[in-house]
Amino acid sequence: MTARDVLFALVGVLAAASGILAVTSRQVVHAALWLVTALGAVAGCYLVLGAEVVALVQVLVYVGAVVVLVLFALMLTRAPIGRAPDVDAPWPQRLAAAVAGAATAGLLAVVLVEAVGGRLVQVDPERSRAQPLARSLFGSWVLPFELLSLLLLAALVAALVLSRDGFGSGEEDD
Amino acid sequence: MHLTGPLLLSAVLAGAGVYGVLARRNAVLVLIGVELILNAANLLLVAFDAAYRDALHSGQVLTLFVVTVAAAEVGVALAVVLLLFRRRGDVDLRGARDLAEARDVVPTSEPVP
Repeated sequence: MTARDVLFALVGVLAAASGILAVTSRQVVHAALWLVTALGAVAGCYLVLGAEVVALVQVLVYVGAVVVLVLFALMLTRAPIGRAPDVDAPWPQRLAAAVAGAATAGLLAVVLVEAVGGRLVQVDPERSRAQPLARSLFGSWVLPFELLSLLLLAALVAALVLSRDGFGSGEEDD
Repeated sequence: MHLTGPLLLSAVLAGAGVYGVLARRNAVLVLIGVELILNAANLLLVAFDAAYRDALHSGQVLTLFVVTVAAAEVGVALAVVLLLFRRRGDVDLRGARDLAEARDVVPTSEPVP
């Protein structure tokens, strides 16, 4: 047990607990706020694993942008404040979903731990710096990086078209 | 440090995400489950990157790419959810069955306009 093990256990338990609360909370705004905690704790896990740039991007993009979008969606769809009766499916479906979720978690845990569980991670401070990552990102990975900008542009245009007045009502083909 | 911790946390996050996607009726809450699954995948990528010390930093770079794709996905999904809300007045996924097979249609309280 090293200091990193203890740190990871702390943020990991926080991430797992808030992730489970985010999918089980019956108050929709609370669910979104638990998602903030879970994503922030995952960013802490990245820090412990020595991926500092990824942790910063996680905080900037996920906690900063994605969660704000989710909160906007909740407000624009007039999500009820307080306990809502109709955010969850009826109990047979919930039971089946719980079985599927537990099976997924169990299968992943058993397979991964059996395959590589005994391995030790030596976090290298030299790898944590931004410069080697940037050399890889803008060297070997520059083509997929540029393709991603096209994907973002396509997503932006798609969101604009979908949000236009009268989309899908047969009046847009003028 | 041991690799077991990240692996177990990733499994738990993926399981919670699957539960969220399957058990929620509110479309926005389904998105929260999807985000959790994506984060489980990201955590695995970063953990394996740290464990195997890839010369190209594949794990970290692919995590950055997944984060970007997730941001684009949430943007489009928000537009779709708002369109659903404009047309139906709610975001209840049990009622949105326009594309369902005929034999699967359950009677809903209000017909789709």
